[in-house]
Amino acid sequence: MTPAGSLLTASGLRKTYGPTTALDGADFSIHPGEVVAVMGPSGSGKSTLLHCLAGIVKPDEGSITYNGRELAGLPDAALSALRRSEFGFVFQFGQLVPELTCVENVALPLRLNGARRKDAEQTARTWMERLEVDDLLGKRPGEVSGGQGQRVAVARALATNPRVLFADEPTGALDSLNGERVMELLTDAARSTNAAVVLVTHETRVAAYSDREIVVRDGRSRDMERAV
Amino acid sequence: MSIGHTLLGLLESGPRHGYDLKRTFDEKFGHDKPLHYGQVYSTMSRLLKNGLVEVDGIETEGGPERKRYAITDAGITDVETWLATPEKPEPYLQSTLYTKVVLALLTDRDASEMLDSQRAEHLRLMRILTDRKRKGDLADQLICDHALFHLEADLRWLELAAARLNKLAEEVRSA
Ligand SMILES: Nc1ncnc2c1ncn2[C@@H]1O[C@H](COP(=O)(O)OP(=O)(O)OP(=O)(O)O)[C@@H](O)[C@H]1O
Ligand SMILES: [Mg+2]
Repeated sequence: MTPAGSLLTASGLRKTYGPTTALDGADFSIHPGEVVAVMGPSGSGKSTLLHCLAGIVKPDEGSITYNGRELAGLPDAALSALRRSEFGFVFQFGQLVPELTCVENVALPLRLNGARRKDAEQTARTWMERLEVDDLLGKRPGEVSGGQGQRVAVARALATNPRVLFADEPTGALDSLNGERVMELLTDAARSTNAAVVLVTHETRVAAYSDREIVVRDGRSRDMERAV
Repeated sequence: MSIGHTLLGLLESGPRHGYDLKRTFDEKFGHDKPLHYGQVYSTMSRLLKNGLVEVDGIETEGGPERKRYAITDAGITDVETWLATPEKPEPYLQSTLYTKVVLALLTDRDASEMLDSQRAEHLRLMRILTDRKRKGDLADQLICDHALFHLEADLRWLELAAARLNKLAEEVRSA
């Protein structure tokens, strides 16, 4: 069952790792342009849910549809093509390639999608300006601060104009001022391109940048809109 | 908040009319709760009686008479002392939320449902404040952040309580 107009929908997801049940019948849905926070205690299954939704981890049971297509039915090659062209990713840390400069990092996913170097770097530059890190173009990730690196990572995730941005604790390593600025820039950019954002966070002040939240507990999800 | 001290503090930069004081107070500190004229009037007459302000002039042209107030030396000392005295931190030991949780458990109602709807309500307000902060100036940001940090603290407590609900239920019911 797909809620009307939703871009990405999951229902009845189950995933076990040996004796551990990471997901135990989780549901999810998101519309284009919507920012949904995924909250819940540590170990409750938030990252596993995000990985399933993004096609990185295959659930044992349940269905995930993206744009009307069932992910489970896609061959691996089609799935990775989908991830490269339609999805963007931001994680807590360690996602930039240390050997490349910041602008090369941001340009990388565009290059992987076949863009020419000059075009890719031009687009990368524009995104770095939007994330207020265009002064770091030629620096390597090792030479920038955590907050700056995170902005570069957000620029990289958005540069391919993804339909869905997956962010797992994107501000987890930042102080609250930097974290909130990253959230502000991230949600502004996502709204302006009508991208959907799946935002895993345990910080309520970060979740307050979302349009609505779900809470995951013991592998089950709860849509908090229905909690009132 | 002490309205008397705040109005007194505003007078330190120069004499003002009651109306002017109200407007400045509302603009700087009133936010969603502007002062009533009655409050300004009664506060000023108390300050006057205590010698912390004096009447600096009266205008009568067209309409009711308007007093202009000036701060006295005693008033300046009073502001000084107020600013230098730390506020007592809120003890936060009388919590309606906690009372509701315990009562829900005692009466076999669904306490976790209650915690969840409270959580949703808190986040709803946090979204509104976050949005306002985004659009506001620095003063707005600071005042919203103050509220947001307090709401965050409540939410963390709600989560902690939810995680310990079973244990609390045992204790509450055996007592
Ligand atoms: N690759 C894996 N192999 C084995 N167990 C795993 C794996 N990934 C997750 N788990 C387990 O599944 C459960 C859910 O993990 P998950 O990473 O989804 O939690 P989380 O909600 O993201 O937690 P956190 O807030 O700490 O990041 C945990 O018990 C975890 O140990
Ligand atoms: Mg996680």
